[in-house]
Amino acid sequence: MIRLALKLVALAALAVCAVAAAASSLKAEHGWVRWLPASLPAAGYVVIRNDGDKPVKLTGADSPDYGMAMLHRSMQKNGSDSMEMVDAIGIPAHGSVALAPGGYHLMLTDAKHAIKPGDTVHVSLHFDDGETLRVTWPVRPANAP
Amino acid sequence: MFFSRLRRFGLPALCAALLAACSHSAPPWQLNDVSGHLPDLQFDLTSDTGKAVTAADFRGKYVLMYFGYTHCPDVCPLTLVHLHLVMQKLGKQADMVRILFVSVDPARDTPQVLHQYVTAFDPHIVGLTGTPQQIAAMAKRYRSAFNIDAKQANGDYTVSHGSIIYVFDRHGRARLIGNSTDTPDAIAHDLQLLMRQD
Repeated sequence: MIRLALKLVALAALAVCAVAAAASSLKAEHGWVRWLPASLPAAGYVVIRNDGDKPVKLTGADSPDYGMAMLHRSMQKNGSDSMEMVDAIGIPAHGSVALAPGGYHLMLTDAKHAIKPGDTVHVSLHFDDGETLRVTWPVRPANAP
Repeated sequence: MFFSRLRRFGLPALCAALLAACSHSAPPWQLNDVSGHLPDLQFDLTSDTGKAVTAADFRGKYVLMYFGYTHCPDVCPLTLVHLHLVMQKLGKQADMVRILFVSVDPARDTPQVLHQYVTAFDPHIVGLTGTPQQIAAMAKRYRSAFNIDAKQANGDYTVSHGSIIYVFDRHGRARLIGNSTDTPDAIAHDLQLLMRQD
């Protein structure tokens, strides 16, 4: 009897979790990190999809594997390449934004342990609606296309 | 009279001649031809293996040159990956090509760091660094502006730098320029054309 009750509680808890997960309208897909040697800053890339009815902003990130994770953007202008920190990256309602080479990316610095291609790293993405997406990304070699 | 004649006979002929001239003289290059407009390859710098090197060490090789720095996790890797793909497309011919990655951040880019960085991308890349004066002279020679941006609280800083990929022939003459928006196919195409020409 007690066992059955426990099973029911567990099932109910699972159902609640599933509903909570399904309720999120944000998805982070195809995430990866470009590894660089000599503990140099690395870049994280991901596609964030917003299936909700309201625009959302990615406002920050952190990782247990890196001391810092900053939102950055590369720009090519007048024959010059530059990189700047940004406060937020907007994702339109029913739309997506790609953090991809040559544009928006996460700059990951101060690795807390040796990281090499083939490893996976954990990243939390924070949004202005209070949501946090916890994702695990593969680390690819420097010359990954 | 003259004009009506021109219209009847001359104009179509003129157009045909012009079209023929255009298609005949269409540039064969997919990158931009800068022959005669930029100075020959010339420098006096330190390689990623710590050796003093000059342009003479690269005579006989086709050279691709790009200004960047190692604390550059996004756009420099993007460009070097493009050039790595060019080398893969060239196959055996890649042996005739060297990629020079010139650091615009000599304060942090020691030969050791540069060596680890460039070899992570492709074996045909040579990292070059030097004194701030040597780097400034090199950038000036190729009209490539760079700027060390304001330092953050933790001492980190970014450097804005030229996006140009310079292509030199095996005599060290500047021939073409492109950037990371040019496809590896386009760059490989032009290199093979250069190789066929001389």
